[in-house]
Amino acid sequence: MSKILIRGARVLGGEPQDVLIDGEVVEAVGSGLSAEGAEVVEADGKVLLPGLVDLHTHLREPGREDSETVLTGTRAAASGGFTAVFAMANTFPVADTAGVVEQVWRLGREHGYCDVQPIGAVTVGLEGRKLAELGAMHESAAGVTVFSDDGKCVDDAVMMRRALEYVKAFGGVVAQHAQEPRLTEGAQMNEGVVSAELGLGGWPAVAEESIIARDVLLAEHVGSRVHICHLSTAGSVEIVRWAKSRGIDVTAEVTPHHLLLTDELVRSYDPVYKVNPPLRTERDVHALREALADGTIDIVATDHAPHPHEDKDCEWAAAAMGMVGLETALSVVQETMVETGLLDWAGVADRMSSTPARIGRAGGHGRPVSAGEPANLTLVDTAYRGSVDPAGFASRSRNTPYAGRELPGRVTHTWLRGKATLVDGKLT
Amino acid sequence: MQRHLISAADLSRDDAVHVLDTAEEMARVADRPIKKLPTLRGRTIVNLFFEDSTRTRISFEAAEKRLSADVINFSAKGSSVSKGESLKDTAQTLEAMGVDAVVIRHGASGAPYRLATSGWIDAAVINAGDGTHQHPTQALLDAFTMRRRLVGRDTGLGRDLSGKRITIVGDVLHSRVARSNVDLLHTLGAEVTLVAPPTLVPVGVETWPCEVSYDLDSTLPKSDAVMMLRVQRERMNAAFFPTEREYSRRYGLDGDRMARMPEHAIVMHPGPMVRGMEITAAVADSDRCTVVEQVANGVSIRMAVLYLLLGGNEPAVAHARTTEEK
Repeated sequence: MSKILIRGARVLGGEPQDVLIDGEVVEAVGSGLSAEGAEVVEADGKVLLPGLVDLHTHLREPGREDSETVLTGTRAAASGGFTAVFAMANTFPVADTAGVVEQVWRLGREHGYCDVQPIGAVTVGLEGRKLAELGAMHESAAGVTVFSDDGKCVDDAVMMRRALEYVKAFGGVVAQHAQEPRLTEGAQMNEGVVSAELGLGGWPAVAEESIIARDVLLAEHVGSRVHICHLSTAGSVEIVRWAKSRGIDVTAEVTPHHLLLTDELVRSYDPVYKVNPPLRTERDVHALREALADGTIDIVATDHAPHPHEDKDCEWAAAAMGMVGLETALSVVQETMVETGLLDWAGVADRMSSTPARIGRAGGHGRPVSAGEPANLTLVDTAYRGSVDPAGFASRSRNTPYAGRELPGRVTHTWLRGKATLVDGKLT
Repeated sequence: MQRHLISAADLSRDDAVHVLDTAEEMARVADRPIKKLPTLRGRTIVNLFFEDSTRTRISFEAAEKRLSADVINFSAKGSSVSKGESLKDTAQTLEAMGVDAVVIRHGASGAPYRLATSGWIDAAVINAGDGTHQHPTQALLDAFTMRRRLVGRDTGLGRDLSGKRITIVGDVLHSRVARSNVDLLHTLGAEVTLVAPPTLVPVGVETWPCEVSYDLDSTLPKSDAVMMLRVQRERMNAAFFPTEREYSRRYGLDGDRMARMPEHAIVMHPGPMVRGMEITAAVADSDRCTVVEQVANGVSIRMAVLYLLLGGNEPAVAHARTTEEK
């Protein structure tokens, strides 16, 4: 592979520097590096970040290839600046065996747009009754370390305890979709002022918070680490903050949409705003931003959830839950965290690359931009502003809540181990 | 008036009074030997009912026929919907047959709003009850009944319900009737109190323009009208209250309780009543109870709404007598 010189890039938002890639690794970072024998990319003051890592993506393959495939999902990921995504287990069949996780992992490798790290189901068929063969999935070629029944909560306390204990043997982590099922029967949106008015079934904050409280206590009791998926309420922030202050090994993620959108949007009854956990209130949004800034919430994860058009072009109650997010995540984070002064670009690199890589044990990702490191890089034009056009998405699905909304920032280049997957905003 | 009627909250005070006044005109038609106006001749209205509701459908149908509209009844059972057709396709199919208005009853809150705002169809949309959201014509017929009884049939014309104290009792949480009534009665200047066990009041009710009480007995003497809501027996199994008997004891309206109401005060019920649960037979059959009147008034209100949405701005009855509908 030839050399690439990225000239005048603001590494993590710092002073402009040159970055020289040789083959799969960063050879040098400095000023006035020689361009000899190298293809030159004029960065022109754009921000260079380590390739983004998404700990929570739904690629839908196998089973729902009408909404996304590993190919279209990883192209969407590359478009959004990601070099690694963790693929959730709620496929058909469920990723609860070594066979399924290896298939997904292999498809990612073959397509070459983005590393795909499968997440294994905690329980067989996501049914909560019987532990899946977690060890077999870990020992497979896919090397699974993150386990989740996402979409469903591991609500049985004993099952959760056993899973937390069991994965300690190989350094795994259980990522919990915190949703007390009885409290959320028929739930359609956040329970509060807006649901009362709209007559939509409420999804109370306590249904999330009670599970998180239980699980951090379980993690403490058995000495395991636990990860909280898509944390969405101010109360959950308080619980995680308390748990961390006690030294409990808990990490948590927030989605871009929970950093920006509120349940007021549901007044339109437009199912593009239907998501699980639901959009919450302004107060929650602010608590989530503060928590991401102070590190109580460790990372941003997209919960990219593609759905075909017909599953959203209907009445609210009949619609599927979820939003696509890979191609807008960084822009939303720039809007909500950088332009508000809550995070600098080094902070963004931490929350969207190095920490998710560390939680998921994604080797070679989330590394510093320095000599000798794998060349997984993302170049961002932070001065750009434009409105979101779903027609331009690489994802097979268009269910974005941001259509027509002006957002800042645009990923122009993505490199996966030195190979460009995105050049000037176009997939290779 | 707007092009659609989706929520009672969409009506201004003047809009609402205009509907009530128009309904009084329509009611006079019912007193004639020939109860029919040519106002909507040549217009087609579909009653699109995804939920069973014989009484609401029949009320709309009677209103449509009295205005000479062509009526299509569509019920989801046994239709293409039960074969998996979407709301969008069903609505577009009906509109392709030349429908001017869609009266929709749907189990999903917001379905009529989606139908009116998604660009799927151009017809006027009238909400005949959606999930636990709204039932605006019910609120209008209730307000019409209150104005007649508490203000007067003739003296009420042009007037609202300022200062009237209305108590709504029962399963507010699951009730589109309660939501619509709170919105409309507030708009019309009435003071509304909701009475229910705390389990049957939604979280978030504190922002509604009304009071909430858990005590029926203390509210009754201060009520000009008491509206009892139906309480479904299955709520008992979901732990909203312990037993039917306890519910009746605490929140049911019997003769003793009715005696605590001021003499002029009326008892209302949107129907269907569960006698022995929220209301005793003695109360339901007393002359203070307006249930049957409400049904008759429902036809007048629905005629008024259809006329105002589809018929234009000229006076309904005079216009209908003298000229052909355009």
